[in-house]
Amino acid sequence: MSDKSATLVQGTLDMLILKTLALEPLHGWGISQRIQQLSHGVFEVNPGSLFPAFRRLERAGLLECEWRISENNRRAKYYSLTKAGRQKLRSETKEWERQVAAITRILQTAS
Amino acid sequence: VGLWTSLSAGLRGLFRKKQTERELDEELRDFLEKSAAEKMRSGMSREEAQRTARLEMGGVEAVKENVRSASWETHLESLWSDLRFGTRLLRFNPVFAGAAILSLALGIGANTAIFQLLDAVRLRTLPVKNPQEIARIAIDHLGGRSGDFTSRYSDLTYPMWVEIHAQQQGFSNFFAWSPTQFNIAPSGEVHNVQGMWVSGEFFQTLGLQPALGRFLNSADDTPGCSPGGAVISYSFWQREFGGDPSVIGRALTLSRRSFEVVGVTAADFYGVEVGRNFDVAVPLCAEPAIMGEDSQMKSRSGWWLASMGRLKPGWTIERATAQLQAISPAIFEATLPTDYNPDNTKHFLAFRLGAFSADSGVSELRKDYEQPLWLLLALAALVLIIASTNLANLMLARASAREKEMGMRMAVGASRGRLIRQLLAESLLLAAVGAVLGALLAHNLSQLLVASLSTQNNPLFVELGTDWRVFGFTAGLAVLTCVFFGLAPALRATSVSPGVVLKESSRGTTEGHGRFSLRRILVVSQIALSLTLLVGALLFARSLSKLTSVETGFRQTGILVTDIDFSSLKLPNEGRSNFGHELLSRIRAIPRVESAATTETVPLSGNEEFHDILPGISEPLEDQNPVSAFHHVSPGFFQTLQTPLLAGRDFNDHDVVGSPLVAVVNETMARKILKTGNPVGTMFRVRRLSKISGPFEIVGLVKDTKYGDLREEPLPIVYLPIQQEPRPDQDSQILIRSSLPLPELTSAVKDSANSAHRGLDLSFFGFHTMIEEGLLRERLMAKLSGFFGGLAVLLAVIGLYGVISYMVARRRNEIGIRMSLGAGRRAIIALVLRESFWLVSIGLTLGVGLSLAASRAATSLLFGLKPHDAATLIMATVILAVIALAASYIPALRASKLDPMDALRNE
Repeated sequence: MSDKSATLVQGTLDMLILKTLALEPLHGWGISQRIQQLSHGVFEVNPGSLFPAFRRLERAGLLECEWRISENNRRAKYYSLTKAGRQKLRSETKEWERQVAAITRILQTAS
Repeated sequence: VGLWTSLSAGLRGLFRKKQTERELDEELRDFLEKSAAEKMRSGMSREEAQRTARLEMGGVEAVKENVRSASWETHLESLWSDLRFGTRLLRFNPVFAGAAILSLALGIGANTAIFQLLDAVRLRTLPVKNPQEIARIAIDHLGGRSGDFTSRYSDLTYPMWVEIHAQQQGFSNFFAWSPTQFNIAPSGEVHNVQGMWVSGEFFQTLGLQPALGRFLNSADDTPGCSPGGAVISYSFWQREFGGDPSVIGRALTLSRRSFEVVGVTAADFYGVEVGRNFDVAVPLCAEPAIMGEDSQMKSRSGWWLASMGRLKPGWTIERATAQLQAISPAIFEATLPTDYNPDNTKHFLAFRLGAFSADSGVSELRKDYEQPLWLLLALAALVLIIASTNLANLMLARASAREKEMGMRMAVGASRGRLIRQLLAESLLLAAVGAVLGALLAHNLSQLLVASLSTQNNPLFVELGTDWRVFGFTAGLAVLTCVFFGLAPALRATSVSPGVVLKESSRGTTEGHGRFSLRRILVVSQIALSLTLLVGALLFARSLSKLTSVETGFRQTGILVTDIDFSSLKLPNEGRSNFGHELLSRIRAIPRVESAATTETVPLSGNEEFHDILPGISEPLEDQNPVSAFHHVSPGFFQTLQTPLLAGRDFNDHDVVGSPLVAVVNETMARKILKTGNPVGTMFRVRRLSKISGPFEIVGLVKDTKYGDLREEPLPIVYLPIQQEPRPDQDSQILIRSSLPLPELTSAVKDSANSAHRGLDLSFFGFHTMIEEGLLRERLMAKLSGFFGGLAVLLAVIGLYGVISYMVARRRNEIGIRMSLGAGRRAIIALVLRESFWLVSIGLTLGVGLSLAASRAATSLLFGLKPHDAATLIMATVILAVIALAASYIPALRASKLDPMDALRNE
């Protein structure tokens, strides 16, 4: 990750990947670009953490993959959400919102 | 579901490893291309874009490694490759591997064998339904009872059992039983098997199912029954009937009565006594028919029964005890023996019943051997520690030889954890192989142990299964030893800073202390521990030798004891005396029989008889009278045992019923009770419960002899002539001293007994053998602690030798310089020995402290020795010091023979 980009909070990368894939199946590069775009360049995702996360999520049964021909006419590995992955995304999002709300409350009180 | 997906995906990954790897490559390449294409779109040149993309990824191999470590099968794979690497290393060092595996197998095997016995004897529950509900009912303190005690578990009398059975409320089912022996030979030489009297509720209470036929029930156990059904054990069925399924209904002779086999128990049921296996169970009500006039059924002072019950749902041991205590006064009032004197009565009426947890049954074996076994387990554990210490030492030596390799691998990026894991895999391999071999060894060792404690009269049976406890114990030992001898060296080997190791030259000129001191500490502790084991071994060996050489007052060897049972003749009282006398005369007439005598109780056989002594003729009765042991013997008893007659005379053939009552006493009786040096001519009376007999006139004084146990202090003993017994027994126990070999003597005795009457029940045993068998526990402790002690010393000395040799090797340069500067051979030897002297001295000092603290655990198992016996401690210290210094003399001598030029050149 480069200096200007923010460090991801532990465990949030998985959630971001799941969110990205909720719209449509994507390949590794696509996912990394999508995260960067959606965060307006705040998060830059390092392939060194991206690919292990794919493997982890795949093993946990949250992602499935398939080889398809991509835009440059080459074979690429496309990831998509499984049913369990969608459920996980929902519960993670809810949990995340709860925590953010709580932290925001604390920060507002303190100031 | 998640676990299953992960598992199946992992397995797929394992089996299609190549494909998975190829796909990962392709995926990453695709990513790089897309990344580079993007960069080219923003204006970079092709080369620059590709370079930047690769830089951003931070090394394709590193990413791949990270991906791999996100899946569990990779760890399995790396463990597998570590194990393979470990195997290869061990194959390159077969001597090291062999020694390591052998010492671990021995150590783990010995520990497991002893634990297996402890598990069977102490930890396991009875093989019955819900054993935790089973409780034993007994008097809460067993002291102060009087009467006849004829079984190993003499808790109750029959009248008591009847009362308790009628009044107890805490148990849904409640039975009485008593261990006994049955003679299954129809006639001739006795063939005893292990029997049980059981009340009708026995099998039902325990909740058992028969393997064949049916069990005895309450209908079989009705007072006054005639011999009927018997249940046999599975092993007896196999042994005596060859497992014949048509055994039900077959006849079985038990003590000359015919019984019918009605059922066979399941294979895993051995009874309620741990350490024995019952052969035949017979209803309680058949006891009078079999025992005849020796029956205890009606006797209120005959203690021969034990009882157990199954607690009702909702009842606890405490609640049952409270109920039993509440009914106790009435029960003891109702069953008070009629022949008790006031003193006995007072004790009896104060008894209270209680319930005691019996989920693991009852066991004499446990009582005798639990403590020795724990002690032996501790000794074996120490041996294992010493053996692992040797391994740790060896591994340390190997670790320092591999320091460079480790430094190199860390320099190129291996993590410390990965290296430690690899080193531990080697130890794990050793420990696992050692444990498996040890477990196999243990199975044989524990059987050998049981066999060595089993005798003809005392056939032991221990169910030596491998349950989860034994398995866990062995596995735990393997892991512990592995961590112990593997972890420290692994940590040590990888604690190096790669730069330092790679820079350091192959060897310094003098030996620094840092790295080497761990090995010194290990050797010092080995010496300390092995001294403790040696002290233990010497204590038990000396204790045994004191026991075997104890002054018994008779000569044990060359005596055959024969028990001739003539109850089948159904002789009246006067006929018995005559028949016994005739048997004795016939045996005395056998050529080369030097002497023979009849006795009711054989010394040291465990049968004992004690009564009150009333000195004088008309002295008033006191509450507390002196107590003496009794022997009823024929003339010639002292001559046969070669007990010296100190004054007066032996009994003779004129001391019979009707002639004046006479007695012979021993020195302790004369000194302690009669308070005289020569009691010949003195009178005394005897009180048995409330019955007073005598007066007896003392006609002889004999030397003190042991009575019931070799360990006891001399007891007062009164000898009464067997011919003056008003009610003689229906059997004769005859001690025969002869120079004939035992088999010849035995057959000669059989012939002469048969010439008196055909078909008498005969049994034989050697007097000396019987006494030896009484020392089995001491012999076992001496043998095993001796073995462990010897092994410990050997291992410790090997450890010391290794460390000293290593030191000599490391100091070659220094020794070479010293020699070239003029140091003589003696000086070099002294240099090396000084090192070893310090190690040994510190080890021995620590060892003495440890021994003093540890030997206290053996106090109750020693005879004639205090656990902190100074002579033993000094002996052990000297032995170990001499052996240790001798072992270090070898490398010292080698050092003194070094060629200085050679040593210096060999940089």
